Amino acid sequence: MKAIKEKHSLAMRWCHWVNFPILTIMIWSGMLIYWANDEYKITLFGHTYVQFFPDWYYHLLHIPQRLAEGMAFHFLFMWFFTLNGIFYILYTIISGEWRELVPTRHSFKEAFLVVLHDLHIRKMAPPQNKYNAAQRIAYTAIIVMGIGSVITGLAIYKPSQFYYLTWLCGGYHFARIIHFALTLGYVFFFLVHVVQVILAGWNNFRSVISGFEIVDEKPEPSIQTMPKDETAS
Amino acid sequence: MKSRNQVFKLCQKMKQPVKKTKKLKKELTLNQKINRRNFISFTTFGVLGVTAYGGWRWLYTSPIEVTGITGGARKPLRRALNKTELFFRRFFSNNNQVRTYPKSMAAKNVRHNSDIGVDGKFDVAAWRLQVNKITGEKLAISIDELKALPKTEIIFDFKCVEGWDQIQHWAGVRFIDFVEHFQLHDETRLGYVGMETPDKGYYIGLDMPSAMHPQTILAYEMNDKPLPLNHGQPLRLIIPVKYGIKNLKRIGSISFSNQRPRDYWAEQGYDYYSGL
Repeated sequence: MKAIKEKHSLAMRWCHWVNFPILTIMIWSGMLIYWANDEYKITLFGHTYVQFFPDWYYHLLHIPQRLAEGMAFHFLFMWFFTLNGIFYILYTIISGEWRELVPTRHSFKEAFLVVLHDLHIRKMAPPQNKYNAAQRIAYTAIIVMGIGSVITGLAIYKPSQFYYLTWLCGGYHFARIIHFALTLGYVFFFLVHVVQVILAGWNNFRSVISGFEIVDEKPEPSIQTMPKDETAS
Repeated sequence: MKSRNQVFKLCQKMKQPVKKTKKLKKELTLNQKINRRNFISFTTFGVLGVTAYGGWRWLYTSPIEVTGITGGARKPLRRALNKTELFFRRFFSNNNQVRTYPKSMAAKNVRHNSDIGVDGKFDVAAWRLQVNKITGEKLAISIDELKALPKTEIIFDFKCVEGWDQIQHWAGVRFIDFVEHFQLHDETRLGYVGMETPDKGYYIGLDMPSAMHPQTILAYEMNDKPLPLNHGQPLRLIIPVKYGIKNLKRIGSISFSNQRPRDYWAEQGYDYYSGL
């Protein structure tokens, strides 16, 4: 017998889907800005492994010669990105939903087991509530990264007026590198996130739009979970 | 006051059962509930998505402003830049100063990015700094007069709008000392300072608070030597609270106004304020 099980609040769904296009625009306009002085690369022992970015990539996305435009977009959408983020964090705190999200002291050990399970190395996954341990870490980390983007962003946007933020981020030059690296982090998060959502299936995806999942009343768990005492240490 | 009778009648009335006007709705089946909720949420999602995309297209295809003092930006984005300027100006203070560094950290090869406004033939000996006072009077100041004023050095991280930064060493007269010496107090009560190169090929506008910041310098030395030609000989602006685009090379004239003076890069789509 199937039943409706409420999963995601309207506020969470709103923030998620508002953030998605805004972050996309921020990353895109950030690339328009970065192009003007594209000096970042990953070099180890004198060998350059990754150069951000190759010419074909710039031309494919129509990036070159658009610095002023990029800044204008970036400095408008930064407001929406920040406000949406503040709203989400306040909501999560006030509603108490943070309890489902913030990693617990078991999360880091459990997350490892979740990853093993997801990679089909281990059969059992640790028991979970709304989010498993790996999700708790990922969804909290992404919020911390968002805060990091705002702080490093302010540190390079007004390094004189917010000199304390610039100092906190290790200076103007380094703050800019962190700001860039965080963006790479979003892209990495996005890729893993999308693969996981596809693997999790329609029921899970739908819940981020309509808020509920359909569950079996007599639950026969789709993933087998270990008895509680095995994970509790 | 109501009579006893009336109260009694009222009580009787209240005892009457409420007439059911509607037929009891049939309980929805689970599938109906699911379908209904899916329909509502996906429709809302679709409508909002299409609206958002429409909003984006509107912004992306919005007309470019007519070039006046500013130019080259989409109209709504220019409005946003100007509003954002007003917000961040509140944080501006003379107490917020650019970090300075020891002289040993200053770059020996100072980065040179552009020659706009300083690329033509130029007679250094004939150069005078022209100051247009609001009385209509014009001052013509020689480099020796400026060198006679107190010299201020600054070693700071110069920041280009393109994204690079470099620790550089400059020296000259602080703009506030310059104002003090040449009695330009009435001028600095206005909102803006404009500066142009002698050939008028490059020009910038500064809001007065930024110009009057204690680290703003009319520089005549770089790395303890007179400015080289490509860095704006004999006098250039060093204003650490702005991007490099506002650090005009080879100042020809200085004027004051309540309207934004013309600005080379603001005409090309950049933020007029460009403050750091």
